[in-house]
Amino acid sequence: MNNRILHIATNTFREAVRDRVLYNLIAFALLMSAAAVLVGQISIQIEKLVVINLGLTAVSLFGIVIAIFIGIGLVSKEIDKRTLYTVLSRPVRRWEFIAGKFFGLAGTLVVNTIFMGIGVFAALAYVSHHFESSDFGILVALYFIILQFVVITALALLFSSFSTPIFAAIFAFWLFVIGNFAQDLRTFAAMAHGTTRVLATAAAYLVPNFSALNVISQVAHGEPVPHRLILLNTAYVLVYSAAVLSGAVMIFERRNLK
Amino acid sequence: MNAIEILGLEKIYNAGFWRKRSKRALRPLTLAVDDGEIFGFLGPNGAGKTTTLKILMGLVFPTAGTARILGMELDDPRMKAQIGFLPEQPYFYDHLTARELLKYYGQLSGVDPKQLSRKVDAALEQVKLSNSANLQLRKFSKGMLQRAGIAQAILHDPKVVFLDEPMSGLDPMGRREVRNLIEDLKANGKTVFFSTHILSDAEALCDRVAIINQGELRGIGAVPELTASVHGKVEIVWQGAAVPTGIRSMGAQCHSAGDTTRVILPEENQDTALEALRRERLRLISVVPVRTSLEDYFVAQLGTAAKSEVVSSELVTDGHNRLSKQ
Repeated sequence: MNNRILHIATNTFREAVRDRVLYNLIAFALLMSAAAVLVGQISIQIEKLVVINLGLTAVSLFGIVIAIFIGIGLVSKEIDKRTLYTVLSRPVRRWEFIAGKFFGLAGTLVVNTIFMGIGVFAALAYVSHHFESSDFGILVALYFIILQFVVITALALLFSSFSTPIFAAIFAFWLFVIGNFAQDLRTFAAMAHGTTRVLATAAAYLVPNFSALNVISQVAHGEPVPHRLILLNTAYVLVYSAAVLSGAVMIFERRNLK
Repeated sequence: MNAIEILGLEKIYNAGFWRKRSKRALRPLTLAVDDGEIFGFLGPNGAGKTTTLKILMGLVFPTAGTARILGMELDDPRMKAQIGFLPEQPYFYDHLTARELLKYYGQLSGVDPKQLSRKVDAALEQVKLSNSANLQLRKFSKGMLQRAGIAQAILHDPKVVFLDEPMSGLDPMGRREVRNLIEDLKANGKTVFFSTHILSDAEALCDRVAIINQGELRGIGAVPELTASVHGKVEIVWQGAAVPTGIRSMGAQCHSAGDTTRVILPEENQDTALEALRRERLRLISVVPVRTSLEDYFVAQLGTAAKSEVVSSELVTDGHNRLSKQ
């Protein structure tokens, strides 16, 4: 990574930490503790299933909220507060700024997810007292959740590069919701005819396919995740995020910073 | 060599989503700033000063025209490593301390990591912020933020420094320090381009000034040239509150303050007035011709339309001539 991108990413990470973004971990820890204790008392043989489902869903939702609400302000806040002026008047290219901001927030989310992942394993240890080899599928689910964050961060940055924070949040949130039904959208497109089929197919492939990145239920039931899916999802997220970030850069490169 | 060359720079903003309205922020602007000079960019609010600076910094794109700094294009990173910029009413990452902020900017400017700490300390010392170096910027006053802004603009030892309203938010001591700092920059061979509303600062500091209004250059020249015109009047100051009847009969306006009296009268009455003072045995303090101040010139450019057209066209021509000669 070039040095300027690294410095911008580090500053973005430091800003998130100092703005107490990681305080969400306290709420997450409380949630997992309460869930572990309650599930341990009332569930019969399904403690693991409940803890893994609840834990990974909470990791995903907490992260998505952070990705959207910080991501939408990554560019617009810098323009509003004019902090961008003293950055772009230096030998920093606009694409380097976008890339630095992206890696900074993505890094914040990875660190956040690592801590939350430790919380999920701790809750699991509390209810089941031991780990099985299938439990390590949780790591794959966490990896897929991080991939979701990467896509959402890129989308939030794209919307932030041309829109107000409120609209950027709405766009990003709806794409997240629709993206979770991407598989259904593709099935519908396959069954449709004529113009509807063309439009539905275009929409199905344009929205991020979050449903392919959700293996929480599979992992909770102890089912293995195929290696091929890990590879395909990784490649998909890399290509999709790169395309979205390129869009953000193209818009930002032409933008007048009034 | 010209440190800055602005060639027909023009900016039209388009506003409105459905109904496009355009606003001309800058009419074709042409001027050149010599290497090593302090250049003042003057004008009222909304005149186009900040737009010009933003175009030069690559924050806003011109509708037409071009500009070069140190002979390089505006998007050239090599050029950007050699300039410093203080925006108007600066706001910085308030989660950082002053030292962290300067370190960050130094890294972005490509300062050698081995020299970074020394340069950060030197810049903090120069703007008298050493004692607040480890305080987060969210706890800084407006004046302290302005100092931090100046520090980040000079930290990397740039060849050209752009300052947008550098005295804004500073107390009288702070203003004097910034004036000294700007003079130091010039003494070290730097070029300083600054916009200001405070004409006394421009008059005291600048080698040359340009006056801009409604996006149009209204005058440009060396400060002594702009203020050289004499109105054919003299100011006479003497000790004592008494005003000789000979002077009073000239219809001159007298101002007495404490133990001195000041009078402004037509130059042809100067000898008669001095004779009257001698007769009354009053102690003469000074006799000076009344010159146009930069403020008078500024008001003339922006206030009196007919007069300004004549004066500005001469001065703009002068500016163009300078540019073409260079």
